[in-house]
Amino acid sequence: MTIGGISMNLTNTPSATYNDSVIRQFSIMAVIWGVVGMLVGVVIAAQLVWPELNLGLPWTSFGRLRPLHTNAVIFAFGGCTLFATSYYVVQRTCQTRLFGGKLASFTFWGWQAVIVAAAVSLPLGYTTGKEYAELEWPIDILITIVWVCYAIVFFGTIGTRKVKHIYVANWFYGAFIIAVALLHVVNSAEVPASFMKSYSAYAGVQDAMVQWWYGHNAVGFFLTAGFLGIMYYFVPKQAERPVYSYSLSIVHFWALIFTYMWAGPHHLHYTALPDWTQSLGMVFSLILLAPSWGGMINGIMTLSGAWHKLRTDPILRFLIVSLSFYGMSTFEGPMMAIKTVNSLSHYTDWTVGHVHSGALGWVGLISMGSLYYMVPKLFGQKQMHSMKAIEVHFWMATIGIVMYISALWISGVMEGLMWRSINADGTLTYTFVESVKAKHPYYILRLCGGLLYLSGMVIMLWNVLKTATSGKPATAHIPAVAAHA
Amino acid sequence: MDINTLRIVGTVSSFIVFVGILIWVWKNRDTKDFEDAANLPFDED
Repeated sequence: MTIGGISMNLTNTPSATYNDSVIRQFSIMAVIWGVVGMLVGVVIAAQLVWPELNLGLPWTSFGRLRPLHTNAVIFAFGGCTLFATSYYVVQRTCQTRLFGGKLASFTFWGWQAVIVAAAVSLPLGYTTGKEYAELEWPIDILITIVWVCYAIVFFGTIGTRKVKHIYVANWFYGAFIIAVALLHVVNSAEVPASFMKSYSAYAGVQDAMVQWWYGHNAVGFFLTAGFLGIMYYFVPKQAERPVYSYSLSIVHFWALIFTYMWAGPHHLHYTALPDWTQSLGMVFSLILLAPSWGGMINGIMTLSGAWHKLRTDPILRFLIVSLSFYGMSTFEGPMMAIKTVNSLSHYTDWTVGHVHSGALGWVGLISMGSLYYMVPKLFGQKQMHSMKAIEVHFWMATIGIVMYISALWISGVMEGLMWRSINADGTLTYTFVESVKAKHPYYILRLCGGLLYLSGMVIMLWNVLKTATSGKPATAHIPAVAAHA
Repeated sequence: MDINTLRIVGTVSSFIVFVGILIWVWKNRDTKDFEDAANLPFDED
């Protein structure tokens, strides 16, 4: 068969197998890093309630543990999930073995090395000070090398596919890989001053704009596009029906790609950034509602005619509830990007609540759902060791998220209102410390929500390890003759 | 040429490409190609 002048070999030998060992490694580590990253999150949430818990040591202070938490949950837990699912999806929808042989294994060990380097250097106080890009220049270089290899493996697999079409999930994963490479290289441009110390290549407001162009697109491409790739494969598989509308998925993809890159300035409202840039960021953030909700509707409507499955299938519930949190946070985000709303919400706990509705609700739940789908298959089991435990995990996670985000909504709006409250003579009604004091009960509630979410993750770790140890690594054969000849 | 002209050309052509994609998708919405692609996750086993 010939596509675009390139002849393709569409048959696989009967002995051809998928490379699933790297997926097993990434899946197990995703769960382990999930527990670690969420535990650090719970520790710093407790520090906000009882500041003495920083133990008076520099290595355990809030300022150093907070980036450790964000890096661990985003790049270790989220990153390992993305590596695992993308390798799983790209092989099965291209009906070919992972490209590059041992290179896939290198991406695993390389990525774990990045994570360990982060876990050591951040508590020691090495940081560039750029949010979500704190790692110092030697680690930045390692990330770049691993990422280029990831791109070679992923796009090489697509290039050697045995089917005609490139499934939409692979488009999302591909965009995630390319965009993250671009963002990382541009924002990490820095001048090394010594080993583990560098200065940004940009200065002043340009530096801030580059940082938030990176920061918001890390949300848009790392935490959204990649996980939408998960949605477009695992929701149809678990629901056992194709995606609701393939046309909508294409429009969804391109609308997201053309819009996300512009939204960064909403992180810099009312700063030294030119006013027109702020307004532009606000407008594009509002436009983003359309592709976001289009994608959410496409995912949820995949269930049309099969809604009853939600009653009995806890894995499907993880996937679908994650989409409702996606819808919620992508409505809240554009709203908070409106300058007048932002004047109330910015620098308050509302922002933290918003991020966690997306992170715990959307990214967390869809990761857990896809891992629960993959793990038994990777270890030759029919299903997870305990379906009951998945059920319990689902409710602990959901209740935990609701507690967490409602606590921070209340405390955030409250502190925003306290900060802007002015007496008749123009003086501030409240001192800063009064707003801190007023947040105390909500910080306790947030800690409880986080603790519940972490406990669910610990149950998942037990369940995954039980499934893995009672089964054995399974070898999956590639269909001998491609279905689409 | 002014750098801003280049930026305008980039933005406008991106928008035209996007509209082109919309039209292309609309025209192909009921074709077998889209149906085949949508069924790819189910062809593996």
